[in-house]
Amino acid sequence: MDHLYFILTLVAYAASLACYTGFLNTGKVLVGRCASVLLLLGLVAHYFALLERSRGLHTVPYHDLYGSMSLFGWLVALTYLGLEFYHQQRSVGAFAVPFVLAFFVASHLAPPDRLTPTVAHGVVFALHVTLSILAYAAFALSFVLSLIYLGEERLLRSRKLTSVVWRLPSLELLERMSHSSVLVGVISIAIGTVLGFIWVDRLTGQYWFYDPKYVITLLVLFLYLLYFQLARTTAWRGARASRLCVFNFFVVVLSFTVVNLYFSHSHRYF
Amino acid sequence: MEIVLVGLNHRTAPVEVRERVSYTAEQARRAAAELRSRGILEETLVLSTCNRSEVYGVPPESSHECAAGLSSFLSEFHEVRPDILGRSLYHHYDRHAVRHLFRVSAGLDSMLLGEAEILGQVREAYRFAHEQGATGPVLNRMFQAALEVGKRVRSETELGTRPMSVASAGVKLAERIFGKLSERKALVLGAGTISEQVIMLLRDRGIAQLLVMNRSRERAEKLATEFRGMVVPWGEWDAALQTPDMIISSVAAEDPILERDTLERAMSARGNRALFLMDLGLPRNIDPAAAELYNVYLYNLDDLGGIVKQSRAVRESEIPRAETIVEEHVGKFLSWQASVELVGLVEELRARLQDERNTFVRDRMESMKHLSADDRVRMEALMGELLEKLLLEPAERLRGEKELRRKIQNVEALRDLFLSNRHADREKP
Repeated sequence: MDHLYFILTLVAYAASLACYTGFLNTGKVLVGRCASVLLLLGLVAHYFALLERSRGLHTVPYHDLYGSMSLFGWLVALTYLGLEFYHQQRSVGAFAVPFVLAFFVASHLAPPDRLTPTVAHGVVFALHVTLSILAYAAFALSFVLSLIYLGEERLLRSRKLTSVVWRLPSLELLERMSHSSVLVGVISIAIGTVLGFIWVDRLTGQYWFYDPKYVITLLVLFLYLLYFQLARTTAWRGARASRLCVFNFFVVVLSFTVVNLYFSHSHRYF
Repeated sequence: MEIVLVGLNHRTAPVEVRERVSYTAEQARRAAAELRSRGILEETLVLSTCNRSEVYGVPPESSHECAAGLSSFLSEFHEVRPDILGRSLYHHYDRHAVRHLFRVSAGLDSMLLGEAEILGQVREAYRFAHEQGATGPVLNRMFQAALEVGKRVRSETELGTRPMSVASAGVKLAERIFGKLSERKALVLGAGTISEQVIMLLRDRGIAQLLVMNRSRERAEKLATEFRGMVVPWGEWDAALQTPDMIISSVAAEDPILERDTLERAMSARGNRALFLMDLGLPRNIDPAAAELYNVYLYNLDDLGGIVKQSRAVRESEIPRAETIVEEHVGKFLSWQASVELVGLVEELRARLQDERNTFVRDRMESMKHLSADDRVRMEALMGELLEKLLLEPAERLRGEKELRRKIQNVEALRDLFLSNRHADREKP
């Protein structure tokens, strides 16, 4: 069954990517709608794939790096679909869905003997992890949107307009989509972090013990709040805010990889 | 049923002839009514734009003489000598008339390839004729299909998306930066023809506020009044540059009227809010160094001309795709037309065979005096049943099988085969 869900998800995501790319090139509305529907189907199949993984391991699906990557991909797709629906804009799909596909495929490359069951940690922990990964997903999307913004802005300023520029969203809309994504990320990481402290308190009887992960998470939160504030002031609106967003995401990647793997006591996967 | 088109356009007629053959709404109504009352056409539609005047119609009977009658009518209606008009008119029939209309609707026959205005003009002409009761089932179907073709070509190809003039290129660029212009403000420097073109485009896009600045306040006021804008006093740059999101400049000046320093101060005062500058002046009105300022996007005539040139190449490369869409819809329309004609033919054939049956039964029954009244009735009923059985299957197949209808190209030939010389037969001794 796990294999079946994997195939279904892979096919749906791949077909969705093909349709989003087709939509970006041709602008055909029907192709764009197919892309969105296929992405939704992929989300559903992926959800069941995550459930099957949980059942097979008798634990949450994100207890290791690979499970987290799969959940991350799922949340990127979910957040993207939400942004697309809210802003009525699907030209960015061709840039967002490759991440979804890449993380989904990468998460299934884990050798089976690396996966060891662990004890479930309850609802608070589950929410903490899910919201934190949702935050990373939202920040990843805002990174993609900022890169597109910077690319389009550069083309417009250099007056070298290719066909794709006419199909991309306007700079103003890209900015708004990025803000929406960051808003989702900031709210998620704030609540997720609070839940993390609550969980630690339940586990150890104290809210705080030193872990570099806490420091960098607070730094990430601060940087995105700064981005929010600066992007609203007109002096930073535009390319400068997008560059800050790109920089912030590198800090997020640092947090998820280097800090988790080498510095954090409680956020290691291996 | 035949379709006929007689008309002229920017390719076949100079403007002096086109302006004499154009129609106001009242003239279009009168022309359509007269064509029908004189029996020249059963269904009529007049399409009149600045670049074409065309009359589409369905004549009451299949006849190519209709086109000659239509040409004479046009000459008389517009009081233009037949020899002058004759040089400019083109005539299309059936498939060619349908294809022509679909190509017009798609913008393939326009002076500016792929222009969007023509679709609205076709829609309006159809709506007007339909309200007057001048159209019938054929033209209704044809024009609905034409509107469908126009929409499809513009949504599925790049024929209608790329800007084809410097002014429209600039407005499209503004949309790349700001998205919808309905919350944006524009300042137009200059009150000449180019400024007017840009203002019209901005108004079409729903620009929220229009400011006009010109050396001659009178001309600025005239333009502002016409397009519901506001006049800004010439030279008050510090105040004027704070509000707009875009500035379009088309002023006759030897030196730039907007220097980099002026714009830099303005950007600082407006908090570096994005500013789009469209410099349509020659010599340039805006200091080129202004392009280096943060959040300033500056395009001059060359830049916009380059976009138009690129657009033209893209539009031209889309012609084959657009023509494919046109041909697809021509095929669908002709298939529909054939199905209507074939079903009509089957009905006529049924009526003819029933007539023949009645005559045959009446004549033969004379000699069968041994049959009772019941037997005669039964025999008539049996013959009727036989006819229905013979016709039922072909009728159903014609309704259901597109491929069959496509194969039966010439409905007139079938009509001639089964239904010709009806009256001649009756008159034979």
